[in-house]
Formats: sequence, structure tokens, C-alpha cells
Amino acid sequence: MCLAIPARLVEYIDDDRMYGKVELGGVQRRINTSLLVGEDTTEPGEYVLVHVGFALSRVSETEAAETLRILEQMGPAYNDEIDQIRQWQAMEDELVGANYRESNGGPPA
Amino acid sequence: MKFADEFRDADLANALAARIAGEAGDKHWKIMEVCGGHTHTIFKYGIEDLLPSNVELVHGPGCPVCVIPMGRLDDGIAVARQPGVIFTCFGDLMRVPGSDGSLLDAKAAGADVRMVYSPLDALKIAHDNPDRKVVFFAIGFETTAPSTALTLMRAKAEGLRNLFVFCNHVTIIPPMKAILDSPDLQLDGFLGPGHVSTVVGIRPFDFVTTTYNKPVVVVGFEPLDILQGVHMIIRQVLEGRCEVENQYRRVVHDDGNPKALEVLARVFKLRSHFEWRGLGFISQSALELQDGFADFDAEKVFSVPGVRVADPKACQCGEVLKGVLKPWECKVFGTACTPETPIGTCMVSSEGACAAYYNFGRYSRARERERVLASGERSNGNGAANGLHPIAVQAR
Amino acid sequence: MSETIVEPGSGAAIRAASARIADPEQRVLERIAEIRKRRPSLREDAITMSHGAGGKASHTLVTALFGDILSNPVLDQLGDQAVMTIPGVDSIGIAMTTDSFVVSPLFFPGGDIGELAVNGTINDLAVGGATPLGLSAAFILEEGLDVAILRKVVESMRRAADRAGVSIVTGDTKVVPRGKADQLFITTTGAGIVALPQRVAIARVRSGDVVVLSGAMGDHGSTVMLARGDVDLEADNLRSDTIALHGLTAALLSAGIDVHFMRDATRGGVATVLNEIAQAAGVAVAIDEASLPIHDEVRGVAEILGIDPLYIANEGKLVAIVARDDAARALELMRSRSEGSEAAIIGEVLEAPEGMVFIRTGFGGTRVVDMLIGDPLPRIC
Repeated sequence: MCLAIPARLVEYIDDDRMYGKVELGGVQRRINTSLLVGEDTTEPGEYVLVHVGFALSRVSETEAAETLRILEQMGPAYNDEIDQIRQWQAMEDELVGANYRESNGGPPA
Repeated sequence: MKFADEFRDADLANALAARIAGEAGDKHWKIMEVCGGHTHTIFKYGIEDLLPSNVELVHGPGCPVCVIPMGRLDDGIAVARQPGVIFTCFGDLMRVPGSDGSLLDAKAAGADVRMVYSPLDALKIAHDNPDRKVVFFAIGFETTAPSTALTLMRAKAEGLRNLFVFCNHVTIIPPMKAILDSPDLQLDGFLGPGHVSTVVGIRPFDFVTTTYNKPVVVVGFEPLDILQGVHMIIRQVLEGRCEVENQYRRVVHDDGNPKALEVLARVFKLRSHFEWRGLGFISQSALELQDGFADFDAEKVFSVPGVRVADPKACQCGEVLKGVLKPWECKVFGTACTPETPIGTCMVSSEGACAAYYNFGRYSRARERERVLASGERSNGNGAANGLHPIAVQAR
Repeated sequence: MSETIVEPGSGAAIRAASARIADPEQRVLERIAEIRKRRPSLREDAITMSHGAGGKASHTLVTALFGDILSNPVLDQLGDQAVMTIPGVDSIGIAMTTDSFVVSPLFFPGGDIGELAVNGTINDLAVGGATPLGLSAAFILEEGLDVAILRKVVESMRRAADRAGVSIVTGDTKVVPRGKADQLFITTTGAGIVALPQRVAIARVRSGDVVVLSGAMGDHGSTVMLARGDVDLEADNLRSDTIALHGLTAALLSAGIDVHFMRDATRGGVATVLNEIAQAAGVAVAIDEASLPIHDEVRGVAEILGIDPLYIANEGKLVAIVARDDAARALELMRSRSEGSEAAIIGEVLEAPEGMVFIRTGFGGTRVVDMLIGDPLPRIC
């Protein structure tokens, strides 16, 4: 529901693992990591979900790969449809310009 | 960016959209997403452009800014105006209109209102300003409440005396139930709130399938997540299944985050009832501080008007939040109520359906408009006989 | 078939727009499109921070208050620079621009308030095709300001001016009591000459033109936001992009490239500039999301804070609207210079929908990129 983004856990700052540093695109942020316990225990180098300065959970690489694998399975059979969609979009763009000229007696002054 | 870019892949999105189009058939599908974050993604990526026209996404009450009734905002502003107070809040709240202006207006008039990005920022400000009272306007569903809870636990442990929370945390299940109970809407399924679920898990949504017979798919916030969620709903219905599925497995455990639930229980308790914009009073739908944290409760420390303020007559946020009205169907949408001059919360919050539609969704409709204009399709009788009468715009 | 001249935004226009379309949603959108053409009016009683953010509120303040009261033919054009004719002289005009700098903190990675002042003013002249002749600098100093800081700022201005080959030829100083100015405010005015008629003009923007951006967007705003310390973010490689662009603009023009219009993207970001152009020229601008140049750190900051890089401030980026046939040459020339090494073609100008800027998201989705309202306040939820 809320803006939460996956970022890489660089390191923990304290021994109790209450605070850590995450990195995203070269930007580092200090966050609270005290919710990363149990199934969400995270080691530096792994990814966490960050929301308002707190890590809510660990991002599972295996699950992410599995989700992508399922998505990618949808690919091959529908390439024709994709081409059709793209052609249609190109035609639409042409049509917008042509239609405007037609209905307004010319391009805008 | 890892774990984000892969789920924004255009080719996969198109493939998924094509598959959805194929399987959706002729039926008109209505799927509600209850999360403001989903509303935002849908508009930001133009997902409705990809979906076939018979698959409709209905926006629900999952924007925690949008559901705050005006009276509560007035209470917050009243606190902000009190001398010595440093009032902190998330950016979303700054421009929400109260009865007599917004927090931004209060700031212009001299109140010390500061935007923060985390409740921990408010904690820091409290440490740095020991002689001032620092108030944090806490909003958000179960996703955000643990952060407020942890911040208060730390404040208590440190013996901090000048930090206060004005608690407006709400929970997601009661409004979902209220919508399901309402006769106005016929939905085929729900896209469940992915980030709320990282905290509460997926089991709390079982009641939707067992009591109301609608499938739920808990989804993530990237475009592929949402498209996959839509596909999974359609598949459930076509296969005669009705269950809660977890599409967002990479961060959502079926049982949620036990530690987060524990801190919630330690710091908060359920209010007996709470007013929601558009949905009225809903019992057990919002959080307040436990007695052990009474010293941090802004409502106990400051006197707030506590007046129930009705929405402006013209405002139809309530119906938009319930998904009964589309943004453009609201009588004041885009005319009296714009992002610049908002009347209601749906137009101010970046995740409100109205703001999202106004700011993002106008284009594809505009293209359609041009096509309609140019093809000569006529409106119902205004006297013009043939073709279109060009209207020359007067140059300024 | 008669033609009706109708005031945009008027009741008649709205009714006419509504009558054409049967579909209720289209009617609402038509109505909104008409209303958006209305001259904005200032509703607030007090100035808020939104009025300074460079977006809609700023625009309304300028047109509805300043523009209204001070109206004259030159001001009404609301260009980056004002061009005045010299009595008895046909071929050149005087270009003038003014700008204030109130940035906090005064110093940040990649620059400081002084450098911004010099470069920013030169850029406002440069985008009109003017050759800068000289700058003025007026200082408002807060009582208690460390003289060493003032010295540092002025030395930076000297270096920036030398780099740009322009001099600061006159100035002014005022001191206000402690608390009445945030350390130091600078107001600069730039004067230059420009050949008439101006080669670049908003009227020359037309459908089919291409939008070229001279480099990565959002560096400056992100840098300053982090430097202020409000957010607990660190980014070692983030630096302000402040730079003088008159060398680049002069090179484009002297190479004979068919540049129709230029603007430098500052407060409000690239999105604001494109919206201004779309509205003033009565065209639509389509942005191609995949081609937008953005540094990783800016992407990171934007993702973490929930802001769109299109709205983040820049201080050294040129937006050039170029004839389609010359786009490739323009791009090549920009990339051959250090100020434009990351230049990219980011979009095109279309005929319709008039006044709208939208972005193609790369999977056939589109969304409108409206003018900024207030500050780009980041989301949390």
C-alpha cells in the first residue's frame, strides 16, 4: 500500500542489528532494521524492503526469480499479439495528428 | 534497480496484457485495488491503456490520507498552531484542505510545520529541540504503524519527554468489509494490499473468500505485479476457485512479520470506532496509543477541537473512495476541484484516485476524443447539421 | 459553415466543447480542457512556499499578480529574457534578465550560491540567443554573516564569471538585521545583445519538432536536498550541474542548426519547461520515458523519496526544440561539448492535445505530465 522500495543492505551499524545502511543506485540511507528477524533475517549484501526509514522485510531472491520465471513463461506464445499492439499504437499516433489537422482545417497557427 | 526494473519489463507487460485480453473474453470484469500505492502505479505506467476495455480496475479506499475526515485534520492543524509546537508530518498531508486552510497555510501563517520522511526524523527533532513540543501526525495503514510503534518504544526507552504522536493509523480489513457489505458495487475480486500484507500476512483476507465469495490476490507494486494479479483473479474465476493467493511472495510471508505485529500490540490498541471519510463510523478500524504510552498521546496532552466536520457539500470523495463513482463522475472534478484548488482529499494525495486520474490519466482519453472528433461522430442533437464547426481560439 | 470566435475557458467555449461529445467522460475532459485555458487567478491571501517552487502556484503569482499589474508588451511575453529595441537600430536589441538566489545551504557539492547566480543569469540570456555583455550583483547580507563566507562566495562568482568570459560590472549591498535574511541572498541582472529578429522564438515551435535535452536531469535539486540534511541520505557522487550554457547555445546557432526555441530547466524541472512551452505554443509534447537521461544517484534519491525526476530542479540543462531534420546534428554537436556530453533526444512536439505534455511509458501506456503543484513533496504511501 505504501511507498516501500527494495534496497541493498550494505551493513549493520550496531551489534544488536537495530540499525543498518541500505544503498539504492549509489545513494545510502540509514534505516532501522529491528523488524528483520525470523524469516526476515537478512545478511549484508541481501535486499530489504524499506518504508519510512524502516526495513519491513527481506526480499527473497529465490521467490523473485520464481515470480519472474512464471511471468516469462507467458512470453513466446504471444509475440504476435505484442507486434499487433505495437502496430496499432503507431497507427493511433499517426491518426491523432491527421485527425486534428482535418477537424481544425490545418495545424495550429 | 534490482527487484524493481525486472518487474517493469515492457515486453513481459505486453505479453501478460495480451493473455489477459484473451482470457477475459466478453465478460465485463470489475477488480478493486484497495491500495493507494496500486492506484499510483496503475496511473503512472498507464496500465489501464494496456488492459482490454472490459477489464475495469476500481480504486478503493486504500489511501490513508484520503480517508481522514476533515475534522481530524482540523484537530491536527489546531495542535500545529499552539505556541512552542514543532508539528511534523509526511509530505502528503501538507496541502490537504481543512475547514480553514491546510497545514501549508498554517505554516505560512507562522506555525512551525516541518515535512519529515520518517517518524525517526520527528524523534531527532525532539532530541535537537528539548524545549519545544514535537508532534508527529501519524498516518498510514498497518504498513506504517509498526514504524510509529518502534519510534515510540525508542522514545520511551530514552526517557524522551517532548515527543507526541497524533495517531490516525487505520486498519485495512474494516473498510474492505464495509465496501463488501455495500450494495453499490459488484466486484469480481480484489487486488490485496501488498505492503500491508508484509506486516499482517495474507490470512486476514480469508473472510473475503469465505463470507463474500470473492477471490483475493495479494500483489506487489510494480506494473508486472499488478498485471499478474489481474490475470490470477481472472484465472481463479474461470477455474471456479475462490481463494487468497500471494503474488508478492518475494516480500510477503503468508503469516506476515510476527515482530511487527508484536510491536503493534505493545504500543497500540484498537479504537472502538473511527470516522472514515465517505464510509462513516467504522468500529475497530483505527489505532490509538496504549495506556502505557499515554504520555506520548497528542490527543491527551493538547486540547483539540474534536469537532466532526461534514465534507463540503460539493465533495463526493466518499463515493470515489468506495469505488462507486469514477473520479470524472464527481460533479466538481476538474472544475472547482483541481490539484491546485482541491476540495477533497482524493485530489490532494498523490495516491488519491482523483489526483491520479487528473494528473496522469487524462491523456489516453484525450486521444480518444480526437479520434471521435475527427471521425465525425456526432453528439446528441445540438443543431449542427453537417461536419464540425471549427472554433478558432482567440489569440491572447 | 460559420466560424465562431470564442474566448477560451469562457462559458460558451465550455458549452460548445461539451456539446460535441456524447460520451460523458469525454464531455468532462473537454470541459476541463477548456477551463485549463482560463487565465489563472490568485486565490491565496498569504504567500506560501508553493509560490516559490516554480510550478503552477509560481506561474499563477507571476501572471495574475505581477503580469497583471505591470503589464506591458515586453513583460507580457514572459520570456526568460526581455528583449528591447534600441531607437533607430533595427538589427540588434538589448536582452535583459534578472534572477534571485536564496538557496540553502550556501555551499553544496558541485557549487555554491555565487556560482549559481552567475551561471543562472548567463543561461537566461543565452537561451534567447543573446550574447551576455555584463552582470550586476546585488547582495542582501544578514547581520552576523561570517565575512569569510562572503569572501568565498564572491571569489566563486569571480571564477564562474571568468570561466564564462563575462564580468560583474556593477552591484549593490544591503545589510538586514539578524534573522531577516537567511545568511545571504543574491540578485543578479544580466544584460546582453541579440540579433533581431530573434532566431529563437516560441512562435517557431511546431508539430514535428524534436526535444533535445543537454544532459542528465535532477542533479542539482537532489544535491541540494541532501546537502540540507533534512533527509538521512548520502550520495558520494551527486553534484550540482551548475554550468554556463552560452557557449553551447552560441555553438548551436552559429552552426546554422535550425533551433526553434530554447529554455534552461531550473526550478520545477524539465516537466515545467515542457509544460510552459506546450501552453505558450499551443502544442503537445510527447516524452519518451526510456530516453530520459538520469544519473543512478538521482534515480535512487527519487525512488527513495517518491519524487519524479522530471520535476527536480536543474541548473545547467538546456531544453532545445529543434527542427526534426536537424535533430541529429544538434545532438552530435551537444555531445561534442562537455556541457552536453550526455545530451539526448527525449521527445517530440505534436499538434494535439493542445497544451498537454505526456509521457510514453515504454509499454504502450501513457500518462500526463502536468505542471508541478507546489513543491515536489515526496509521497510516503
